[in-house]
Amino acid sequence: MADSAQSELQTPGRGNGLRDVYGSRFLLKLLVRKELKVRYRGSVLGIVWSYVKPGVQFIVFYVALGVFLGLEQSPTNRGGLPNYAIYLFSGIILINFFTEALGNASRSIVGNGGLIKKIYLPRQLFPVASVWVSAVHFFPQLLILAVACLFTGWHPSLIQVLAAVAGFIIVTLLATGLGLLFGAANVYFRDSENFVDMLLMIATWASPVMYSWTMVQHKLGETWYALYQVNPMTIAVETFHYAFWLPTTDGSAGIPPHLLSLWIPVGLLVSAGVLLWGQMTFRRLEGRFAQEL
Amino acid sequence: MTTAIEVKGISKQFVLRHTRSLKEAFVWLIKGRKGDLSEKFHALKDVDLVVSQGETVALLGLNGSGKSTLLKHISGVMIPDSGTVRTRGRVAGLIEVGAGFHHDLSGRDNVYLNGAILGMTEEQIKDRFDSIVEFAEIGQFIDTEVKFYSSGMYLRLAFSVAVHTNPEVFLVDEILAVGDEPFQKKCIAKIQELAAEGRTLVVVSHDLDLVSGICDRGVVLDHGNVTFDGPIHEAVAKLRGE
Repeated sequence: MADSAQSELQTPGRGNGLRDVYGSRFLLKLLVRKELKVRYRGSVLGIVWSYVKPGVQFIVFYVALGVFLGLEQSPTNRGGLPNYAIYLFSGIILINFFTEALGNASRSIVGNGGLIKKIYLPRQLFPVASVWVSAVHFFPQLLILAVACLFTGWHPSLIQVLAAVAGFIIVTLLATGLGLLFGAANVYFRDSENFVDMLLMIATWASPVMYSWTMVQHKLGETWYALYQVNPMTIAVETFHYAFWLPTTDGSAGIPPHLLSLWIPVGLLVSAGVLLWGQMTFRRLEGRFAQEL
Repeated sequence: MTTAIEVKGISKQFVLRHTRSLKEAFVWLIKGRKGDLSEKFHALKDVDLVVSQGETVALLGLNGSGKSTLLKHISGVMIPDSGTVRTRGRVAGLIEVGAGFHHDLSGRDNVYLNGAILGMTEEQIKDRFDSIVEFAEIGQFIDTEVKFYSSGMYLRLAFSVAVHTNPEVFLVDEILAVGDEPFQKKCIAKIQELAAEGRTLVVVSHDLDLVSGICDRGVVLDHGNVTFDGPIHEAVAKLRGE
């Protein structure tokens, strides 16, 4: 007990926010592993579901939008996008990552209420673990995308790969920030998880996943288009188009102007700001989690 | 004596909220924040408590007297509305064993998960793993999913993980009623052993005979107030109305 006598009296229950998550990374690892194990318990296909679901989603969108609505470029449809399948899939996997991460993070605090009510541990662990689990589900999809790209003559430059990494970081920061915010709010108002569902539905369509950014620019004009561009998800999806789709085409379609010089830094800043906001809100609200759950 | 736990004038109000909808809050805001959105009651009223290192303290009182709430403030799960709580060294709670257990994981996975939740490091769990399994008398079932465990096995494993966390301050809430009688005796012996080692112990229990055997000091709470603080036998006698 010698060391304890030297240590100071401390106030329990006052965490250091996300720094504590780093301190408890062993627990974070176990929580992530638990989620991965438990997710598909009792199912025959198991982790394969993580591939099947986006795969089917991709086929449905591709047939409905690419073929029926004519977004795919073909000899009879010159106005479409070349390699629409790649275009669509590179956006979809990023949106899926965001949807899963934010949806689960928003429910994570209420979902782990039993534990939070009884034992003190850094509560930020739960939203962070949700985002982490989603990232684990994201990587196999990324692999499929890369393989599909290679079949269509993918030759990315280093800059393009780095842009995709930046896009991934933008989505991760944004999902963690919003996950902390809505996860904490959900304790007080269960409406917030429904609000998140709605937000996620909008997010799918508010970024150029299914359609091309040029369509938005034509309809909205420059001013409103700039507003559309500030959305970090839009920027992240565009980085993925830039990294995965553009190198498979002849490059004539182009990417939004100033993507690298202006929009990626803007996206990183906005997401970092959201993370800071989420973290501050979370810390303000977490003191009363135990009695509100 | 070095102070292990210092509770200074803490008060806690609980909100009795009937519904939890945005609509009600909105209506309340529209009406100019008139009235209270919710009813409140005091769970703890200006409670002071100083526990020295190595002391064994029982928190006694009827249901709803604030015992568990006080324990939650010491563990940091709750933050007081006013007043301060300070603790020295690592505090671990044997608060409702099995709170961190997941039914679909094996006993082994749960030992690691629960150990980490209670603040053990990876090395500590690895070192103590065999001892945990042995104490719980789980044997070959350690790799079975805990949902197939009998309730006794489940509690034994959870208790075993908790006592192996080795903190300076132990908080024990109503968990001494675990398993069959031989195991219960073993748990009590283990807790007495921890107390003999000089660990600080704070126990919440309704089993007055049991706590008299473990603790030296009794603190009686009534509706959020400390009404008695002294030797355990006097505290028990007071509670029994003798």
